[in-house]
Amino acid sequence: MHRSFTKEIVKQVALTRGNATSASLVTERMNMFTALNDAMRVAMETDPTAVVFGEDVAFGGVFRCTVDLKEKFGEDRVFNSPLCEQGIAGFAIGYASIGRTAIAEIQFADYIFPAFDQIVNEAAKFRYRSGNQFDCGKLTFRTPYGAVGHGAHYHSQSPEAYFAHTPGLKVVMPRNPTQAKGLLLASIRDPNPVVFFEPKALYRASVSEVPVGDFTIPLGQADIMRTGSDITLVGWGAQMRVLEDACDMAEEAGVSCELIDLQTITPWDVDTVEQSVRKTGRLIISHEAPRTGGFASEIASTIQERCFLNLEAPIQRVCGYDTPFPLAYEKLYLPDALKNFEAIKHAVNY
Amino acid sequence: MAVRLFAKSLTSRAPRTARLFSTTVGQGEFPGGQTVPYVNKIHVLDPKDNEIIPAYRVMDQQGKIVPGASLPEGIDEELTVEMYKHMIRLNSMDNVFYDAQRQGRISFYMTAFGEEGTLFGSAAAIKPRDMVFAQYREAGVLMWRGFTLDQFANQLFSNEGDLGKGRQMPVHYGSRELNYQTVSSPLATQLPQAAGAAYGFKLAKEDRIAICYFGEGAASEGDFHAALNIAATRECPVLYFARNNGYAISTPVKDQFRGDGIASRGAGYGIPVIRVDGNDIFAVYEVTKKAREMILSEGRPVLIETMSYRQGHHSTSDDSTRYREVSEIKHWKDTNCPMNRLKLFMMDKGWWTEERDIALKDIERTNVLTALTKAEARGIPELHTMFEDVYAEKTPNLIEQEQEMLQHIAKYPEHYEGGH
Repeated sequence: MHRSFTKEIVKQVALTRGNATSASLVTERMNMFTALNDAMRVAMETDPTAVVFGEDVAFGGVFRCTVDLKEKFGEDRVFNSPLCEQGIAGFAIGYASIGRTAIAEIQFADYIFPAFDQIVNEAAKFRYRSGNQFDCGKLTFRTPYGAVGHGAHYHSQSPEAYFAHTPGLKVVMPRNPTQAKGLLLASIRDPNPVVFFEPKALYRASVSEVPVGDFTIPLGQADIMRTGSDITLVGWGAQMRVLEDACDMAEEAGVSCELIDLQTITPWDVDTVEQSVRKTGRLIISHEAPRTGGFASEIASTIQERCFLNLEAPIQRVCGYDTPFPLAYEKLYLPDALKNFEAIKHAVNY
Repeated sequence: MAVRLFAKSLTSRAPRTARLFSTTVGQGEFPGGQTVPYVNKIHVLDPKDNEIIPAYRVMDQQGKIVPGASLPEGIDEELTVEMYKHMIRLNSMDNVFYDAQRQGRISFYMTAFGEEGTLFGSAAAIKPRDMVFAQYREAGVLMWRGFTLDQFANQLFSNEGDLGKGRQMPVHYGSRELNYQTVSSPLATQLPQAAGAAYGFKLAKEDRIAICYFGEGAASEGDFHAALNIAATRECPVLYFARNNGYAISTPVKDQFRGDGIASRGAGYGIPVIRVDGNDIFAVYEVTKKAREMILSEGRPVLIETMSYRQGHHSTSDDSTRYREVSEIKHWKDTNCPMNRLKLFMMDKGWWTEERDIALKDIERTNVLTALTKAEARGIPELHTMFEDVYAEKTPNLIEQEQEMLQHIAKYPEHYEGGH
């Protein structure tokens, strides 16, 4: 936490102004899982067709995100599915295909791959292939992603790039409780299928004052967390904490950093990143996922096309290595603040 | 699939009466089953010892009502003639468009030869509001609901009249108006989707089911398992309708499964099953009607398996004589064809004549040819439609790419004339 709560609240409310259905200055202290829970509660209160389901969601979820929802809304609307990800995905698509709101949970993003066919071949193409006769837009897949300290291969992955390669899907990743609530509500109400990746390391660790009641944060818009003049850093989700630390280190060394949280991976906010890089002339993109084929590649190549004459240094990608996510060497594997700080120094001294 | 890091909460189920074995020595209560009897001898349940699940039939291969059976309730002369007329229409459409593909006028086609009985028998037994999830060999169901020959032809030519805007391969029909969800190529994906839609109808308290068609090959996909299991646990008003026609492209059923067809799987999921002679349109009609009633009154899914034979090639990209005997195909056409069986029945009853038959075939062929000619003459959808409907709104990158495309085509217009 590098900023005071007051500053945080003012910033959040400013962000939601104009988009909020009942934006409020009243806030409540929440961590990420309680904020997500609050978003689902609001979604279900405002939309009687909304259902929440997945593996173990009825008793509150293995990460407590759906706690008390079954008690509030009944077991018809909050229920366990059999242990079958392709079934969860297909069921959600069908439910949404008749105009009802499906909020489906995949227990870990690492286990979303059995549902890949349903998400990529079906959900993403549903509207296009039918000539807009049918759609499954009222569908959101929530799933915990990312490093957690000891998750190894199958409780640590960041699969956003696989989905970013699929036209028809939106991919969203929040960085803190306020963002999580506002972006999840926007995702649930967006008329397109959304894959919503939740940084599980922050479920309890990230705590902030979250506006009470109903508000949304628009999809497709990046958030400039800090303004600076020497270099632009872009990231999303849990990586924003790491990048904040790197920026602090750089600023102590006299480098002014502009820090951008992409928030929506597809469709991503090219304009905000482009304007920033035109100003700073330098860009670093950082994500936990492996470097090759990671979403940083898309950002780097797009910005290179648009900002060729403004770039003072090569665009750098500070990412996970091209290995499966390791257990014992997690600390070394991750693109931490120090690795980003090194990249910043390299860029400004280029 | 997912690793279970946390203990499952145990839910109790109503105990089912356990069958008593001669060696029963008490019974056990396990959370993983109902009340389970113990035995003191090893009890092997071998499916080889099971009775083959019988197929229901009303009418024999000569079009006579079988002993002990009678015409299903709701079947009268008018409905019978109407079903037969649709069979002729679908058959004419299949013949004409199969040939049109051979001539290179459309890119692809799939016929439904031999399965007309399953299609119209089931289509007539459900309600127009019931939502259809089809595989691809179910055009007859859509035809029964009123999809016109022009609409079929427009889709096949992917022209500007196609409701799907010319984006999918031929035979991937869909109609929102007729509650027929748009077909997609990936097999069995529609099965769990049908359960989800049905669950929505249930929560909305609508007197409405989802009906989901699929072949016996598609039933080997993981989505079959996913769907039947979740449909059972969520008690979804969905009718799973398997068309077992003996082949999945070249693969005979002996390479597809070793159990008693698809029907035998229902019990494992706790789903009631009915097997039916798919070449007997009356039997298909009756069991579909009964299944629909059961689904709504008992609030759970039902599985129907229709036994039939794929008389045609798998598609226009397939020559089925490379993996099955011509004599086999001929045998089915000659002795057990759903259309012939119904025709014999109708002639017996005095509801139909050879003259009417010839005249109708002539008219339908002309109608299909007219639809084909009209559809062929129409242009493909306008260029701008290519970037629409990817999302509900056009995203910035799509707007940019559309501009790129327009600038490119303006430079080289002659290079991109016509469609596929």
